[in-house]
Amino acid sequence: MLELSGIHKTFNIGTVNEKKALIDLNLKVNEGDFITVIGGNGAGKSTMLNVIAGVFPPEQGVITLDGVNVTKMAEHRRAGMIGRVFQDPMVGTAGNMNIEENLALANRRGKFRGLGWGVKKSEKEFFKEKLKMLDLNLEDRMGTKVGLLSGGQRQALTLLMATLIKPKVLLLDEHTAALDPKTASKVLSLTEEITSKENITTVMITHNMKDAIKYGNRLIMMMGGTIIYDVAGEEKKNLTVNDLLAKFEQSSGGEFANDRMLLG
Amino acid sequence: MVIFQTFLTGTNQGLLWAIMAIGVYISYRILDFADLTVEGSFATGGATAGIIMTLCKDFVAKGPAQGIFISVIGLLVAMIAGGLAGLVTGLLNTKLKIAPILSGILTMTGLYSINMIIMGLAIKKPMSNLGLGMVGTLFSKAEEFMPISRNWIIFIIAVIVVAVVVGLLYWFFGTEVGSAMRATGNNERMAKAQGVSTQNSKILGLVLSNAFVGLSGALVTFQQSNASVTMGVGSIVAGLAAIIIGESIISGKFPFWARLLSIVLGSIIYRIIISFIYLAGVNSEYIKLLTAILVVLALSIPLIKEKISKMPRKPKKNAKGKDEPDDTARQDAIVDEYVGEDEARKDTDVLQTEDGADSAATEV
Ligand SMILES: Nc1ncnc2c1ncn2[C@@H]1O[C@H](COP(=O)(O)OP(=O)(O)OP(=O)(O)O)[C@@H](O)[C@H]1O
Ligand SMILES: [Mg+2]
Repeated sequence: MLELSGIHKTFNIGTVNEKKALIDLNLKVNEGDFITVIGGNGAGKSTMLNVIAGVFPPEQGVITLDGVNVTKMAEHRRAGMIGRVFQDPMVGTAGNMNIEENLALANRRGKFRGLGWGVKKSEKEFFKEKLKMLDLNLEDRMGTKVGLLSGGQRQALTLLMATLIKPKVLLLDEHTAALDPKTASKVLSLTEEITSKENITTVMITHNMKDAIKYGNRLIMMMGGTIIYDVAGEEKKNLTVNDLLAKFEQSSGGEFANDRMLLG
Repeated sequence: MVIFQTFLTGTNQGLLWAIMAIGVYISYRILDFADLTVEGSFATGGATAGIIMTLCKDFVAKGPAQGIFISVIGLLVAMIAGGLAGLVTGLLNTKLKIAPILSGILTMTGLYSINMIIMGLAIKKPMSNLGLGMVGTLFSKAEEFMPISRNWIIFIIAVIVVAVVVGLLYWFFGTEVGSAMRATGNNERMAKAQGVSTQNSKILGLVLSNAFVGLSGALVTFQQSNASVTMGVGSIVAGLAAIIIGESIISGKFPFWARLLSIVLGSIIYRIIISFIYLAGVNSEYIKLLTAILVVLALSIPLIKEKISKMPRKPKKNAKGKDEPDDTARQDAIVDEYVGEDEARKDTDVLQTEDGADSAATEV
């Protein structure tokens, strides 16, 4: 489905700030997988998702998505196949545009944009139906500017936009990290609901180990720009936070004391 | 009578310059692209329309219909020329990754020579000025047609052109391409994630913007029967003044067409004020300084408001530079003084991390 092979990504090559963010990263995502990704700060999690989405190209390696080599494909071109939700609720939506305009933009992801109406009358019913699913009463506020919504509402809307046209893969980068715990769990269960209903292949970064264990069928742990642990199925279901911590300690040689991951 | 005439000429100038202000609105407000090309492309529009009249002067002299015909061609070519200037700026920014402001300055600087070359085409030697008094313009030719005074003719034609421009843009920004353009200016990362080619959006937006600026330059040239290489100096600030005055008239929830009309109104008010300042005998050299001060004041009001309301803002955890490898974005940020905001974000970053750690710790 989605395959990363031999991916290397280095930032600021040839400067004092040179940073190897991904080192020989290999990952094969199967159709229908829901993978949770954990790892310490700077482990390369976001960089991996950005490389998949085409925000920047890797120096080395090949990315194939549904049999297509997308390694060099521009970000906006592969966007048709990829849904994304970001950590910052401001990033996923256009705050100056209203809810239906945002949805209409998402409804044209990967399609040709011409001089037809930006929001068609026939779409509005469809949007209403979809918004009802969120259970946030947004279906009655389709003309409201998204900038007026709360972070949680924006994140739920972004999730809806990312899946409005079924993506081949959904990339979630700590999409609940900026939300308060209650809203976060609401958005997480929405994520679960939408992805399982439509069987959407998903890669979700989280800093919460409990969530990482609770959600999805597969878990990967990253460190130093590569995957150090990849577990699926029953074995994954039976994981505990302590198992993960032990695994992490073992791989990092004990020097994890300050890491945020420990606390997740 | 003098007062009324001052009103009328002020209104006319306001209408003609409003088209330029709408162009500035497209780049500055919709695309969020501080485009300085305008100062050059305004004169480019004037120069092209002027030279077309001059080169076709024998045909123009045949009669009012011929004159009007050539004038209309002049306006269209002026739009194309302005659009090309915008295209250059767009390509500099998107393909060569030159920061928006610098891209605009480079094009504007280049246009200075090009505009002189255009105005000198008839005598094959660069000129800084091109008079149309002998040749005639759209307005003088229309005057031969109609039994009303020049000012009223300008008024009628200007109203028609402005109405067409506003209508066209109202339609355009409701289309898929227009929506994508608005999204690009509002949130580039979101636009990209939704499959919008933000490069194309920016290029097209700049072409559109400067095409209208060129059209405005051509109309102003026709109105004053003269084009000059410096006619666009200060136009950005004049455009911003119109936009800001307009926004102060209709703040809050208004449909897009009302927003466009508010710019027209803003431009008219601005020009009427200037006309009266002239009438009062104030030296014209002072006007630009006055305008600049006015715009500075108006621009700083939202900032001050924001500073006050910024204090209890929700912490956001996202180091902006991190996910944004785009060089132009970074240059842009520096030029736009977003550097301060970035630092603020970093501060909240720490906050949030601690927060997150706390709540997470209790969860485990
Ligand atoms: N655009 C960039 N320019 C320079 N360095 C970058 C950039 N993006 C990431 N890095 C660096 O690459 C490394 C990996 O960063 P990445 O954002 O992928 O980490 P992460 O695993 O997502 O961490 P976190 O948990 O903090 O989000 C870090 O050292 C980071 O500083
Ligand atoms: Mg990250």
